[in-house]
Amino acid sequence: MTLLKHAAAAVAVAIIIGLLTFRLDGYRDYQIAEVAAYVVAVAGLTILIGLSGQISVGNGAFMAIGAYTTALLQLHAGWLDHLHITGTWQITVILIASLLVAAVGGAAFGLAAARLRGPYLAGATLMLAVAIPVSVADKYAGVFGGDQGLGVTITTPSVLGPAFSPTRWLAWLTCAAALIVLIALANLSRSRVGRSWRALRDDEVAASLAGLNVARLQVLGFAISAACAGVGGGLLAIVSSIVSPGAYTLTLSIGLLTAAVIGGLGSIVGAVWGSALLVLVPSYLMNVAGSHGGKLFGLSSGSSPFVPIAAYGVVLIAVMLLFPTGIQGGVRRLFGPAVPRAAEPFGLLRRRGPASEHQEEGTI
Amino acid sequence: MQEFIEFTLGGLSSGMIYAAIALSLVLIWRATRVLNFAQGGMAMFTTYIALLVIQQTGNYWLGFAVALAAGLVFGAAVERLVVRPVESKPPLNAVIVTIGLLILIEGVAGMIYGGQYKSFPPGYSIVGLKVGSTSLGISRNDIFIAAAVLVAAAALYVIFTYTRAGLQMRASAFNPAVARLLGVRVGRLLTVGWALAGLIGALAGVLVTPSTFLFPNSMDSIFVLGFTAAVIGGLDSPVGAVAGGLILGVVLEYTGYLGSDVVLLFGLAALIVVLMIRPSGLFSTTATRRV
Amino acid sequence: MGAIATLASAAMVLAACSSSGSKSGATQGALTASAPGITATTITIGSHQPLTGPAAPGYSEIAPASNAYFQYVNAHGGIFGRKIVYKYLDDGYNPTNTSTVVHQLVLNDHVYAIFNGLGTPTHQAVVQYLNSQQVPDVFVASGCSCWNNTSSYPDTFGWQLNYIREGKILGSYVEQHFKGKKIGYFYQNDEFGLDGVKGLDMVIPKSQVVSRQTYVPTNPKIGPAVAALKAAGAQVIVSFSIPAFTALLKLTSLGLNYNPMLVVSSVGTDPITLDGLLNTYAKKTGSFGKSLSNGIITDGYLPSVGDMSNPWIALFEKIHNKYDAKAPFDGNVLYGMSAAYTFVEAMFKAGRNPTRADLINAINAGLPQGVAVAPYAYSATDHDGITGAYIGMIKNGVLVPLGHVLTTKTSPGGAVTAINAPQPAPPASGIPSS
Repeated sequence: MTLLKHAAAAVAVAIIIGLLTFRLDGYRDYQIAEVAAYVVAVAGLTILIGLSGQISVGNGAFMAIGAYTTALLQLHAGWLDHLHITGTWQITVILIASLLVAAVGGAAFGLAAARLRGPYLAGATLMLAVAIPVSVADKYAGVFGGDQGLGVTITTPSVLGPAFSPTRWLAWLTCAAALIVLIALANLSRSRVGRSWRALRDDEVAASLAGLNVARLQVLGFAISAACAGVGGGLLAIVSSIVSPGAYTLTLSIGLLTAAVIGGLGSIVGAVWGSALLVLVPSYLMNVAGSHGGKLFGLSSGSSPFVPIAAYGVVLIAVMLLFPTGIQGGVRRLFGPAVPRAAEPFGLLRRRGPASEHQEEGTI
Repeated sequence: MQEFIEFTLGGLSSGMIYAAIALSLVLIWRATRVLNFAQGGMAMFTTYIALLVIQQTGNYWLGFAVALAAGLVFGAAVERLVVRPVESKPPLNAVIVTIGLLILIEGVAGMIYGGQYKSFPPGYSIVGLKVGSTSLGISRNDIFIAAAVLVAAAALYVIFTYTRAGLQMRASAFNPAVARLLGVRVGRLLTVGWALAGLIGALAGVLVTPSTFLFPNSMDSIFVLGFTAAVIGGLDSPVGAVAGGLILGVVLEYTGYLGSDVVLLFGLAALIVVLMIRPSGLFSTTATRRV
Repeated sequence: MGAIATLASAAMVLAACSSSGSKSGATQGALTASAPGITATTITIGSHQPLTGPAAPGYSEIAPASNAYFQYVNAHGGIFGRKIVYKYLDDGYNPTNTSTVVHQLVLNDHVYAIFNGLGTPTHQAVVQYLNSQQVPDVFVASGCSCWNNTSSYPDTFGWQLNYIREGKILGSYVEQHFKGKKIGYFYQNDEFGLDGVKGLDMVIPKSQVVSRQTYVPTNPKIGPAVAALKAAGAQVIVSFSIPAFTALLKLTSLGLNYNPMLVVSSVGTDPITLDGLLNTYAKKTGSFGKSLSNGIITDGYLPSVGDMSNPWIALFEKIHNKYDAKAPFDGNVLYGMSAAYTFVEAMFKAGRNPTRADLINAINAGLPQGVAVAPYAYSATDHDGITGAYIGMIKNGVLVPLGHVLTTKTSPGGAVTAINAPQPAPPASGIPSS
């Protein structure tokens, strides 16, 4: 039943997006594609933090793993052509491979970090985000293209005709992938694994006393969130047609965390809000504040590009202060109990003193 | 032998900077249980203020003092205005707020001072010291850096252990509710904790910027390594922060010999190794989890 | 010239031009919207630049300087009466952002061309897209030889001296003047350094090189690398480093009591930038004034920015003081204005009502040397830009040439040869009208 409900919702959203991409111009389609790529990664992260109670400031590294897998497979796709897997099926196979490779990476890291909690886990993931993309790409520059990276190209399927906008195809591809992943995550959240995660998050000792295998659940959490990040990375590589270390810096990992928290932890719709904020707000600010901000403050040409940056910082602080339970939490407050709530990580970065309230969560 | 001396002393010298950042992060963590992602950014900003003062007056030590004072004020202001509203909210909210603050500080620094490199003077000579004909690999300035950080750490130790205010700060961090009942002004002490962290961060900024040059993102990588050092040493332990910083500094210096591209990988490996043995850092006191 | 053209076009009947393959010759005609980004009154071009972020220092001066030159041209008749609108967007040196802003420029702002896109990993993200959309991608601000690929990227052109050529030219000086000495390489761990070393290796015998050390721009702790160079006994260090790391190389060497001869790529030796970074240390090292950068050997493919007797420098300084006064007049500003000058040259050659193809054909037909000290390589089969440079030494904050301009090919086989022809002077108006 849950699967049907989620699938129906996804189909409805897909139709709406499809119609939108015809109405909007090429550049908006490109932005939709970008948002969709990030939604996949942010959704995986928000499940990790919101449901299983673990923190990661390093999912950018898993995005990089997925992206490089996509690029490399696409570069050496000859064997796929031999198997008569071409076009969109080829992309699907490549994305699934990226998912698996990233999942393995996530599981490996989860195993190594199984005993870590709170800020120590954060520190380990932070170093992961900083170390992996640069080191791997530069060390084995022959394979990974070094600092220049690897190009990624996909072609619009010929069945759509030569006049079909390439960015519209990107939007369709990424949104379809995103919807599939989101359905899977929504189902996972409602399943036994999801409930076990929540039990683990709320009280680890009680959960283990109740018979749950804490370490296995934690590793599974990292594997799933890394898998989502891997798909997101692959999609981002396809959209921006490049994979290079400069695109997968710590800033990306921090951005994913920001999007997850601001959108509403544990909430899939929250992941959409967060990704939209992450992609659209800086671009909007750059165009508005970039052109007028300089004159507003009387700044030189060297200083005025920083106005959008400062403005974005203000936006983040303001949104976080205004929506303490995330944007989805705010939406819930506006529209009442009809909309399910966002989750709250309880044991995470615990502070001493009176326990913070925690609400019942939903997944959407 | 020469290289051994140069690498070890050089590593200890850079480790002192990581120790300072780690110390400020530990201060804030112990007081308010917040991971302050803006620590490096705040240090960068106070260093800009120091540069302005030095350029106007030509006096390095005046700029140094102003930077420390600005760090005090900045830390207190951030706690009061930005962190206080999210203190009772889910813990990650405070992290996101500090991230937003970091972006804001870097943006404002760029707006005011522009994005170009600015050169920041060192306190003492940077010419390498020699013992006989053996080059030590460190300079008078490096010794000054080490001394400054050690003095700051020692001062903090004295404050926390032997003064009444320090005792109250420890009590507030341990159990704010009970501390309040005993008449301790918890809120004010939290502000003092952030202010002290701001001061130490400002000190780190002024000490390290001569070798990184000053620009809005100059403290970004130093912050990451300082945070790593704090985690290695244990976020609850100031001694751990200093130890973690020194260890990390030496490890990175030696692995730098193997190639600039693998330095971070070795940093990650060192961190994972330490955490697998001691999941709460080297100097963590208890490994029990509260039920 | 521009005024007469406007008058003539106003007096004539508008002749409709087809937007593809129209040959706009020397005949006076009305100004039409002959291509995306071109209207009767404006030419809109775009660029991606690192205006903020860790790569911004130095590079963020380039686009405003180009814009300053464009404003000068606009104030003096424009290009056949059209004003240049230069829309450069910040990508923070992140290739994902580069792709986003270039899509915005092409799809939203409908720019005529992308000019001087900065950075190798960043531009790699968009070079395929631009060529597939047939958007002219001219004068990429990067010395990678990868932009010279007429089969895959027919609409992309390099501009500056590419790093391999630069390595060969610097290497030829080292090979001649430091025979028998131990050489060490210090280079950035990306294609800037790797290509530079490739060029060096084509000329300097491998047996002379005792140590090769890299650095990454995100890690200013280069102590271990410099210590390794010192331990190997390198007496001359050839460095492909950006200004900050050239300065750090000098400072770290001082900290290790190490005093090698430095031969550095032009990318890292703008004397004004270097001195800005080094002069606060002067007092603390026992030296005074600008002497920390004294004696550094480097190359230059544009006139020396401190040489006020050079007519190009005088011209650009005048324009800088009027339109970009807040920035220091340094190597980055000179770079931006020189690239802009080249673009204006190309636009005048493209004709009164140019299509995008007209611009490509104009550059393929070759461009006059302009402000560069050596000719461009532009032809239908070669999209490389400047082909040579002179060797110079920094003395008291000014780059002083040490000999003739040297030129070479990118391939290992081409020798490094001297050119004797003097640099052409700028046009009196400062604008290269055809």
